[in-house]
Amino acid sequence: MATEIREAEQNASVSDSDSGQSDFIETNEIPGKSSNTLLVANDSFEDLSYAELNNTIVASPMGTINSLVKKKAKRSLSLPEREHVEDTVSESEVDDSEVETSEICDDSQVDMIEARVTELSLQETTSQTADAQIPHLMTNTDTDYVNSPEWKRQKKHIFILSESGKPIYSRHGNEDKLVTIMGVMQALVSFVADSNKDTLRSIVAGDHKFVFMTRDHLTFVGVTRGKESTQQMFLQLTYMYNQVISILTHSTLTRIFKQHRNYDLRRPLSGAEKFFDNLLNLMDVEPGLLLTSVRCLPLDSNVRDIVSQTIAQHAKVKDLVFALIIAQNQLVAVVRMKKYYLHPMDLHLILNLINASESFKAAESWTPICLPKFDAAGFLQAHVSYLDEECQTCLLLLSVDIEAFYTLSECKAKIQERLIKYNALAAINNSLKRNSYSIQQCSISDLRHFLYKSRSTAQYTSPELEAPYNTKEEKERLFGLYYYLHDRIHTSGRTLKILFHVGAYETLLGWVTTGFELYAVFGPLVTKMSAIHAVNKLLRWIKKEEDRLFILSSVTF
Amino acid sequence: MSMRDVKVCLLGESGVGKSSIVMRFVADKFKNALESTIGASFMTKTIFVEGNTYKFQIWDTAGQEKYRALAPMYYRGSAAAIIVYDVTRETSFHAVKGWVHELQRHGPSKIVIAIAGNKCDLEDLREVREKDAQEYAHEIGAIFCETSAMTAVNIAELFDAIAKLLPPEDLLGTSNQMGGGSTVNLRNNAAKKKSKCCSGSDTEAASQQPVRRSLSTPRGSSSVTYPS
Repeated sequence: MATEIREAEQNASVSDSDSGQSDFIETNEIPGKSSNTLLVANDSFEDLSYAELNNTIVASPMGTINSLVKKKAKRSLSLPEREHVEDTVSESEVDDSEVETSEICDDSQVDMIEARVTELSLQETTSQTADAQIPHLMTNTDTDYVNSPEWKRQKKHIFILSESGKPIYSRHGNEDKLVTIMGVMQALVSFVADSNKDTLRSIVAGDHKFVFMTRDHLTFVGVTRGKESTQQMFLQLTYMYNQVISILTHSTLTRIFKQHRNYDLRRPLSGAEKFFDNLLNLMDVEPGLLLTSVRCLPLDSNVRDIVSQTIAQHAKVKDLVFALIIAQNQLVAVVRMKKYYLHPMDLHLILNLINASESFKAAESWTPICLPKFDAAGFLQAHVSYLDEECQTCLLLLSVDIEAFYTLSECKAKIQERLIKYNALAAINNSLKRNSYSIQQCSISDLRHFLYKSRSTAQYTSPELEAPYNTKEEKERLFGLYYYLHDRIHTSGRTLKILFHVGAYETLLGWVTTGFELYAVFGPLVTKMSAIHAVNKLLRWIKKEEDRLFILSSVTF
Repeated sequence: MSMRDVKVCLLGESGVGKSSIVMRFVADKFKNALESTIGASFMTKTIFVEGNTYKFQIWDTAGQEKYRALAPMYYRGSAAAIIVYDVTRETSFHAVKGWVHELQRHGPSKIVIAIAGNKCDLEDLREVREKDAQEYAHEIGAIFCETSAMTAVNIAELFDAIAKLLPPEDLLGTSNQMGGGSTVNLRNNAAKKKSKCCSGSDTEAASQQPVRRSLSTPRGSSSVTYPS
């Protein structure tokens, strides 16, 4: 166990502590700062206050797609059916008696998808309820499974169940065999809700934390004996919720359960398990999800400019909202429609979509995706393709026009051609091969690793994981340290600005200002003074490299 | 010489091998345990049949439930639809009927329907009799064949058959004046092609299924059958 030799915390005011503070840099030099944001930069982690937990109805943005479709409708007034879209899509008018939804199908493509899903769900429930409704009694196999050492040994469990206690997803093991335990979870949640008119948030038992989140008729449960705090677990459950929305949309989800409280959601979610699994695995290795920010592929700023300008020029088509290039979970470029921004949480869902599936490598694909922070009510259509032979560099074109595939396919061909011509693809590949950067490049002695997030751009940077953090156990431990540091700074009842923590194996320095968040890991013998000096040196280094490490300009169509 | 764009979509339950069929046809490759398709993927391949060039624009749709609602978008503009089932999974064959009904109700009127029973190399695990499927295909006037994307049985033949059955009046340049009733033309085409296709159906398939052949239909069971 890490023994804490000494620990210094400074709350709020920087000036009233010792001399090292005078070295803290001025805020106008924040590395990676940019006023041209391309991502939504408000900090989602702090949005997740417990006050919000009590609201089962989360104010998700809705109608963005609707307004875009409306705009499109205005453009093509010649098509009378398009105008109709305005009436049918609007969420408020959707009522319960929607068995006839197939009638409106042709009115609007966006609506059609949802309506069909509902229609299908109706068919399904009528046929399936008979056998599905029989409550599973506790059988021997169920209890055996839950008691199996293999299942118990898992460090983190995540479950999704419906309001009526039906299993939907379990990270480990087959959810079918977990009917009993999920029933217990649902009982706990509803007991607190019914008898105390309260909300069950978390239970701490020994070194296990149980975190509960109920949203839109779904209950998300996280169980961990890792370093995550309950609030960090809550953030992870929120990502899981977003992933569900991304597949179904908020409107469809609520509609399904409004009509059939007993509905088995596994059916419309079938095949989505890999997205949940992959997202959870990403959370264990990718700090961007914790920081609600994304990592950019280090690239010369002029190369990046060429890439974004090429996209902006050759993908200038109507209804295209976002165009982005992604390589190995890192952002290469984003071009967006004026007025619309991509939220880092949405971007993580996109990264997860690409990361979780090999099927995009086979051919150009066209798939609906809902981005909950952008618009939880509807789907965007994504044209997904890889630009290089090795399938490293992925181009995504997100449109509100469901018929845009061929147009976007042409755009893709042009973009690909230009990027090859300008050697930009080669530059991207080179950067991927070189890996990110070594901590040694910063030439700061005793600094082992760091995470630096630029708050104004919602982007972060960090060096490669090198020795001693090159084994699975050590990586996990390092991640645990970051969880600890992040939690102490953000959610220990009062938020801190600076935290200096000396542990048995390393010393940690966390520093949060309005412009950035920095989490640095040093060797164990570093003094506070030298850590502060090192951090200043690091900030200067990041400042020097900021053009390469961050996307500072925002290109629009 | 004429060049004709042919939009084809593949429909059918998840995991029956739609993507594998497309991959075999387009790239002549096969991968075990291909990942399930997300949304739909698009590929093209040009073939020559009887002096005509056909550029197939193939929409490989995802079979999973959550994408089911998107299917109309793909079959609406299609000249042909290939409905795929897995010969080792009876439920997937039942799903074929659902697709046929949907196409008959909502699909384009002249759409050429082909039914493909994939994974015919897995004879030991067979759950759907070829005869049953063939009879059903005959009943609804669809092209039928059993395919194996893994061993490349009947994949190219399937697309050839579609090319030959396309309503000729749509042919660019060489418009057929006789093209009033497409059924008549279909029959003509079918009669003409049948012999050729049987002989063309590969040796590989023949060597695999000698036992079954005697049990089921007398004419080469591994060949493509046309609606008549």
